[in-house]
Amino acid sequence: MKIDIVRTTIDGHEITIAPPGKARGDVIDEELDEEMKEIIGRNVLLAKLEDLLNVDIVQAIVNWAKRNSLWPVTFGLACCAIEMMATVASRNDIARFGAEVFRGSPRQADVMIVAGRCSWKMAPVLKRIYDQMPNPKWVIAMGTCASCGGVFQNYAIVQGVDQIVPVDVYVAGCPPRPETLIHGIMMLQEKIKREKIGEHKLKEAP
Amino acid sequence: MSLETEQIPTEIARTIQTVERLKNQLGQWAVEEVKVHNNEVTVVVKRDSLTEAMRYLRDEEKFEMLVDATAVDYLPLQDEPRFDVVYHLLSLTHRLRLRIKVRIRSDDAWVPTVCHIYPSANPYEREIWDMFGIKIEGHPNLKRILTYDEFPGHPLRKDFPLFWQPGQPLDKPEKQFEEW
Repeated sequence: MKIDIVRTTIDGHEITIAPPGKARGDVIDEELDEEMKEIIGRNVLLAKLEDLLNVDIVQAIVNWAKRNSLWPVTFGLACCAIEMMATVASRNDIARFGAEVFRGSPRQADVMIVAGRCSWKMAPVLKRIYDQMPNPKWVIAMGTCASCGGVFQNYAIVQGVDQIVPVDVYVAGCPPRPETLIHGIMMLQEKIKREKIGEHKLKEAP
Repeated sequence: MSLETEQIPTEIARTIQTVERLKNQLGQWAVEEVKVHNNEVTVVVKRDSLTEAMRYLRDEEKFEMLVDATAVDYLPLQDEPRFDVVYHLLSLTHRLRLRIKVRIRSDDAWVPTVCHIYPSANPYEREIWDMFGIKIEGHPNLKRILTYDEFPGHPLRKDFPLFWQPGQPLDKPEKQFEEW
């Protein structure tokens, strides 16, 4: 298919409008109507802003929306869950980071905080809850046990939940203090900030 | 203060009286050993008379409550009989506690169920089966309770490799697991 490349002038600037991908058409000079000029002018402004700030504006806005309303799924396995509850409570108010809405259903959640040691009997449940969460989704391994098994180096406990689900942030501590978990959530926000749209589709479970 | 110090021996004495009556009921051969240690009375009975002993203790001696049922593996300490199955009884009427033990050999590892006498024994006996591989004869629902159904072996046995993880061979020496 042959698509033309339009060259026109808006407000004294010379603008070339090309179809996405490799342009194969002829270059034609054309005078556009006012409405078209306004739309293109706005996009040009956006593109100039993106060049200026060196960011993708749409991506930045989407990521901003994603990272400031991280809804965790209620998934407390052990004593770390107590610290997680303390993080939600008034003193270490996690709502300051938009992550206070603990959902009972994984289908409404964005992030799974694996709080505590995960036994091999619990592993299929963990995997199922992760699979039930809609994309994009993230996992925080909270505490030593969820990260690497911790003191429970035995037959019953999964030696790190990264054997079952892809983990984004590991939070150290036994159990981690609420400040540490908040730091982990902020690390996740930093990570989401740099994510490209659709990047989660490349993530695969181990 | 003096009241309390007097009470402790009386309770033991009452428990020992109970044990004497149990001996008379079952016959002397059924009770292997009676131990008093740390103000606690332990009776070791033969496996064949366990059901009878439990029924007698519940109905006649008013030990209404089975507090706990578990097992012990004495592998490094003694060869055979290797396992002890332990029942803890509580009499709410007489305010007494009694521990019943049954000694089990590993090549003949089973005990009769006490589910029909104490219904609370049901999950405890499943745990004994799951953790020690001691078969509970006559149990209505003898399945694994703590580990998953496909779990190989019985993890609280002393010869079970502690650091084993799913997907690894079970017969690996303990040292290799530690290195892993």
